[in-house]
Amino acid sequence: MITKKAMWILWVALTAGLSSYYAYGLVGKDKSMYIPGKTTAGHYQIELACEACHSDPFGGKEVLQKACMECHGAELKLVDDSHPKSKFTDPRNADRVAMLDARYCVTCHIEHVEDRTHLMGVTLPDDFCAYCHQDIEEDRPSHKDMAFDTCAAAGCHNFHDNKALYEDFLVKHGEGEKVTDKPSVISRTFADQYRKQKKISEPLTGKDAEYPATQTIDQQLLTEWEETAHARSAVNCVDCHSVKTAANVAGAWQDKPALESCQQCHELEMKTYQLGKHGMRLAQDLSPLDTSMVRQPMKRDIQDTQHDCMSCHGAHNFNTRKAAVDACLGCHEDEHSKAYKDSPHYELWQQAMSGSTSMESSVSCATCHMPRLDVKHQGQRRTLVQHNQNDNLRPNEKMIREVCLVCHGLGFAIDALADPALIANNFNGMPKEKIPSIAMAVKREKEKAKEKAKEKAGEKRDKSRQGSGATSKEDD
Amino acid sequence: MRSTLMQYPKTFAGVLLTGGLALLVSACSNSTASTGISPQVMADSLHAVMAADRTVYTKKVVNRLVKEDKVIKASEHWQDEKALPLPAQMFRFGAELVAEKGAPFSYSLLSLWPINKQNAPKTDAEKEGLQYIADNPGQNFYKEEELGGVKYYTAIYPDPAVAPACVDCHNDHKDTPKSDFKIGDIMGGVVIRIPLQG
Repeated sequence: MITKKAMWILWVALTAGLSSYYAYGLVGKDKSMYIPGKTTAGHYQIELACEACHSDPFGGKEVLQKACMECHGAELKLVDDSHPKSKFTDPRNADRVAMLDARYCVTCHIEHVEDRTHLMGVTLPDDFCAYCHQDIEEDRPSHKDMAFDTCAAAGCHNFHDNKALYEDFLVKHGEGEKVTDKPSVISRTFADQYRKQKKISEPLTGKDAEYPATQTIDQQLLTEWEETAHARSAVNCVDCHSVKTAANVAGAWQDKPALESCQQCHELEMKTYQLGKHGMRLAQDLSPLDTSMVRQPMKRDIQDTQHDCMSCHGAHNFNTRKAAVDACLGCHEDEHSKAYKDSPHYELWQQAMSGSTSMESSVSCATCHMPRLDVKHQGQRRTLVQHNQNDNLRPNEKMIREVCLVCHGLGFAIDALADPALIANNFNGMPKEKIPSIAMAVKREKEKAKEKAKEKAGEKRDKSRQGSGATSKEDD
Repeated sequence: MRSTLMQYPKTFAGVLLTGGLALLVSACSNSTASTGISPQVMADSLHAVMAADRTVYTKKVVNRLVKEDKVIKASEHWQDEKALPLPAQMFRFGAELVAEKGAPFSYSLLSLWPINKQNAPKTDAEKEGLQYIADNPGQNFYKEEELGGVKYYTAIYPDPAVAPACVDCHNDHKDTPKSDFKIGDIMGGVVIRIPLQG
């Protein structure tokens, strides 16, 4: 028989034990016990950096909003957000805010609620467009009888990014051809610009290699380095291996240079890398992403599982061609990745690798997922390889302008991106359905032009009648 | 003393100017504290700045470069087309920035004949006010209204067509509900809202 005293001792011991356990969780590094529910696909990588979003326990929605904007604010500006916060802080839209408080991201994107989370981390029912636009057929009769949940699901509209879907854009580009006349991405410019800026005309060779006498250097590594853009740009061994960083104040030789070494010259690449799923943990001072953490289908027998620049680029040879295909397929094992080598895109890649066509006209994984962008940096235009490989996937229509239209007509691009089966087999075939948005926009444009012409003709007739009336009056 | 004054003229001028400004700011803040500023004066003052900037951009930038010098286009899709933003867009971008900065007041450009239906009058005050300024040329409209549980002083000012660029663009637009605007016509209204405390 347990005595009352023993019950009390047990209660005190359990309370103390549990309190210590949770207190340790608060001060320790592993906060997983505090995660209230499964985190979304876009945030689980950093879910243990609670303070990345919950920077103040008492700030409520405003604190969360600030955290959202710190990572996603610039992106929303760039896509010319169709529903900016300012639209909803305008008092005239108070009635809309009462229906959907779009002043805050968390109204539509709640974290840790897996059972309510749809694509793009949306946690509202699929009919959210209808909250404000249920009378759309008054302005667009063509939308009569369309299902309430098809606005964003049918390849026609997005809540934030409509840069490739707005009416005038559809009219301007039309359906277009499946493949354009001269499909080609822009060329790389960074190395040439760097050499010009640093006035470097001669490449370095093995005899120029600069490293401490105490180091033994493998001849194979030197040979690999001699072949690189680094050697051609006079980037020597010590420039990467002896960089002064917060952790290496003296700039002592490091066999495995830290990311700061790459960042010295590749600032924008590093910045975008840390915005994507590959590098976002580093931006939160967490350990590098490990393939064992990844939810997507991945190869599990990889040796070096921690992600950093070398994972894709390799050390010393920095082979961008390997980084553009083999590096991706070395880890990713989803249907889309596995189907790449049977795709028309891969055929183009092989043609370029054999030298029969230019690399710019070929299509690697990176061509679509890490596209080359024309950007302005430090007063100069340059080609940047976007290292946030998730940037154009949320939603995938973001790919249309910067990727698909380089080689394909708008009609094919919209249809293909709206076809999940075609995406899964890596675009091996034709889209199953025709998305009607371009045809609808073109039809409306023609109807409006006809109305306008009729109106102008009427005005002309009226003027001429008035003119003849005035003449006859004068004659009288 | 005289030589010191001669030696550091900029320093002394700076000290005098700073002192003068400090006195002026202090006088203004005292006067505001004692008399306050009416919502109408506030709204009228804001509108004076908005209307001036809007007219300058329309006449001296858009109309001059597009209609007179013909060196560049103005387009709704100004980024894609490497063109000038339309005057109405310029005005709205300003309003969005003001909202982003968290200013307590808000402003918008609305019309009884909007190209974008989202810019048609929506609240009772907007409907009444836009009709009033259209029917009473040169007159402003003032009213208090409550939106989302907050009381606002709402002022609506006529927005006339000041240059050929305004009327041509609106008259020719595929979505315009009115295509016979002439220079000087009221094309819409600037709506300024100031929250009222208490």
